[in-house]
Amino acid sequence: MPFIPHTAEDTREMLGAIGVKSIDQLFDSIPEQFRRRGLLNIPPTATETEVMRDLADLASWNRSTDGRPCFLGGGMYKHLVPAAVDHLQSRSDFVTPYTPYQPEVSQGTLRWLYEYQTIVAELTGLEVSNACMWEGPTAFVEGMKMASSITNKKRLLVSRGVHPHAREALKTYMKWQGVEIIEIPLGADGRTDLAALRASLNDQSAAVGVQSPNFLGCIEDGGAICEIAHKAGALAVGSFYAISLGLLASPGEQGFDIACGEGQPLGNYLSYGGPSFAFFATKKEFLRQMPARIVGQTVDRDGKRGFVLTMTTREQHIRREKATSNICTSNTLMALRGVIYLAMLGPNGLREVAEQCVEKAHATAERLFKSKGCSRLTTAPFFNEFCVKFDQPVERVRERISRQDILGGIELRRWYSEYSNSLMFAVTEANSKVECDKLVDAVGGYI
Amino acid sequence: MSTTTIEKQADRQLPYFDDRLIFEKSRPGARAWHIPKNDVPSAKAAEYLKGVALRKRPPALPEVGELEVIRHYTNISRLNYAITTTFYPLGSCTMKYNPVMNEVAVMMPGFRELHPMQDDNGIQGALALAKRVQDYLSEVTGLPGTTLHPCSGAQGELTALLVCKAYFEDHGEDRGIVLIPDSAHGTNPASCAIAGLRAVAVKTGPDGLIDVEDFKKKLTPEVACAMITNPNTLGLFESRIHEIAEALHANGSFLYMDGANFNAIVGVTRPGDFGVDMMHINLHKTFTQPHGGGGPGAGPICVCAKLEPYLPSPRIVEEKDGYRFDESNPKSIGRMRGFAMNFGVMVRSYAYMRRLGAEGTRRVAEYAVLNANYIRVKVGAHFTIPFDRICMHEFVATSKKQREFGIHTIDIAKRLIDLGYHPPTVYFPLVVSEAIMIEPTETESKDTIDRFIKSMVQIAREAETNPSLLLEAPVTTPVRRLDEVKAAKEPELRFNCCVWEPSP
Repeated sequence: MPFIPHTAEDTREMLGAIGVKSIDQLFDSIPEQFRRRGLLNIPPTATETEVMRDLADLASWNRSTDGRPCFLGGGMYKHLVPAAVDHLQSRSDFVTPYTPYQPEVSQGTLRWLYEYQTIVAELTGLEVSNACMWEGPTAFVEGMKMASSITNKKRLLVSRGVHPHAREALKTYMKWQGVEIIEIPLGADGRTDLAALRASLNDQSAAVGVQSPNFLGCIEDGGAICEIAHKAGALAVGSFYAISLGLLASPGEQGFDIACGEGQPLGNYLSYGGPSFAFFATKKEFLRQMPARIVGQTVDRDGKRGFVLTMTTREQHIRREKATSNICTSNTLMALRGVIYLAMLGPNGLREVAEQCVEKAHATAERLFKSKGCSRLTTAPFFNEFCVKFDQPVERVRERISRQDILGGIELRRWYSEYSNSLMFAVTEANSKVECDKLVDAVGGYI
Repeated sequence: MSTTTIEKQADRQLPYFDDRLIFEKSRPGARAWHIPKNDVPSAKAAEYLKGVALRKRPPALPEVGELEVIRHYTNISRLNYAITTTFYPLGSCTMKYNPVMNEVAVMMPGFRELHPMQDDNGIQGALALAKRVQDYLSEVTGLPGTTLHPCSGAQGELTALLVCKAYFEDHGEDRGIVLIPDSAHGTNPASCAIAGLRAVAVKTGPDGLIDVEDFKKKLTPEVACAMITNPNTLGLFESRIHEIAEALHANGSFLYMDGANFNAIVGVTRPGDFGVDMMHINLHKTFTQPHGGGGPGAGPICVCAKLEPYLPSPRIVEEKDGYRFDESNPKSIGRMRGFAMNFGVMVRSYAYMRRLGAEGTRRVAEYAVLNANYIRVKVGAHFTIPFDRICMHEFVATSKKQREFGIHTIDIAKRLIDLGYHPPTVYFPLVVSEAIMIEPTETESKDTIDRFIKSMVQIAREAETNPSLLLEAPVTTPVRRLDEVKAAKEPELRFNCCVWEPSP
């Protein structure tokens, strides 16, 4: 039987030692009427070869981004991944241990998590980071939840520029918390409408939540948003595109109290949306309200430096119903990919990736905006994602793109009814000139 | 073992390791990796970003060469005990072997290179795989409605509670109480709080099982559901579970089963058959997701037909011409996270489920329980076992017998490290003082288990004859016992990079 090493002799000896006649007898505490005598209705045992063939077959039914130009974004982006990331992350001493509960035999995990926290603090320009979270939208929800508990206020303002998934998840999470969620519209330029934001804030508001670049790709005026929020006594929570942090003003510089974001762009594959991880950082004064695990430096009995899980009194296994969050197991292994990715790139490499995203996206966008029947949907500055409005039904444009075997063009009206016939494209350093040309031809090259 | 052993061990030269963090190896200007030059004719990024606030100072990321990165992370990985190097009987965590083929499968370009915003027609293989995982889980749980959406077990729990809340709201009821045994995992009450529900604790009886009379006393009309881990955290099957289910159902309440310990019963019995209405499954436990130093996992939930309309969206539906995602269900609680699921996790679990098949699935539980009971009887003479009868996949021992020698559970755990084992779960469940929770899993051979038993017996003897061996342990690790109080009181949560500036 796969993965069970016992011989018949082993089984016999073990049963004898326990003092039972059969394995079945070990289950006598389960009432007879609920014991299954027959087999479940699932396929029979298969060998590794058979299962790998089955998997290869399933994989082949997909039209993956492998070998196809991909201009899809909307929260996850195809970036180049150094071979070192795959190689190191796949080491079984990283892959198969659990949460570092026993620090003496988990210094590997604890050390890189400490490095991770340092990296996240540096990227976000904030003082403290946790040891990673599940994924972008839930990290944003946790950030808003945290702001509500810090301020002890139950009114959350969320920009419509925040990823629709994150706004939906926020609603699901907050429904039973008696928290009011107010959506702030986007202005004509595609950014959060600051006048509307000012008008919606009152002294009962816990936080203003934004995303930058926002879902439409526009870079928000974070400094202005934080100032408006703080003036009203609310905290500023921001979700950020990790790659952009190599170039754009950091959340800390802009005044954000809590910064988070999807970790996938940092050395992780798309993997159809998960697992990925999320980063999360805040100011020192809010440390004790921060969700998820935290690693700290300390010393051992001999005074030697070592690392441990710390501040655990915030967590569910100690605080139970008073915990800051119910998060325990997170997506740690995916965060390791982020650490290795950034160690490979360094600050200059990350800046170059960010710059190349900007350059390729703008060059491609300019050509698209100039194409016949196309126009620019938003006017605000963007990073590497932008929206094109068409003067013909968007289905026809999508069909042309699809015919060229290009993946891309997210339809906005699915979430924003006001933006009809508009598609959103993301360009990264992974897109070549040939691919960008192909997109321009497919989208703009019609009569 | 003589007293000189400890001295010998303390003197033992540990393998050399470079204690520095990656930042301490950083040299301005060093660089491991470059992206290809921009081949698209364009202006410079700064031109395009006029008027946008840029970083004043670059992030102080490490600056090192490629070999340094490889060597650094290779070396620190070796500081971990892992399933591939060590027996890892961490109770309640189901540290079974993670088949290496799963890691190969998840890296197939047809899976890892799928973008979550792709149209359904380009991801038919992924949806077929996910649907098969759903069907498999429904079959093994006996619960027809399965969603793969939740990020983790804790989120699965919360999702199920919200589903339950939505059901009552839809039926014009407002129920705010959840009954939870005092032996439960801490996530249970934490999830209740987020769902706006109040957790009421139910006592554990002298037999280690839920005190059914106390349970019935607390079963008021405000009870929305009970959250029960079965087998419970003491490794015992709640034999009166059906009676509890019937009482709940008669009260209009639901029975939620925390699936953390599902590995003990998978294929042998089905929760749906003994009255469970909803449960989550930690794929990283029963269905062999590698634990990754703390994830990723996933926490699919399976529910009875009555609760199915409230499951989160999107849901996978199978139609004549293929699979698609459906977000149109008006009763759904909505989205709990960003994209549909932790797909990579599903690929691994699918591979494992296919390998096991019907016969193998049942064997998992059988051998997990056989291994646990074998250890229990073999170490039973040397340690106190508060509920010493046939257990499921794990059992709880204590260090009560060793207390007279000044030994606590933590000392036994640390001594196990010196003997080459990852310690069991300690000080949990909270209902047993000085708990040592041992879960061997089915994938460990009799040989490994016999050696572990020998070590446990040796430790029991050492506690009596040479307790300093335990009190000083571990001595074979790169660091010895760490000062956790200092870590919490004087939090140092990041390396101070300010001692150097990254190169311009």
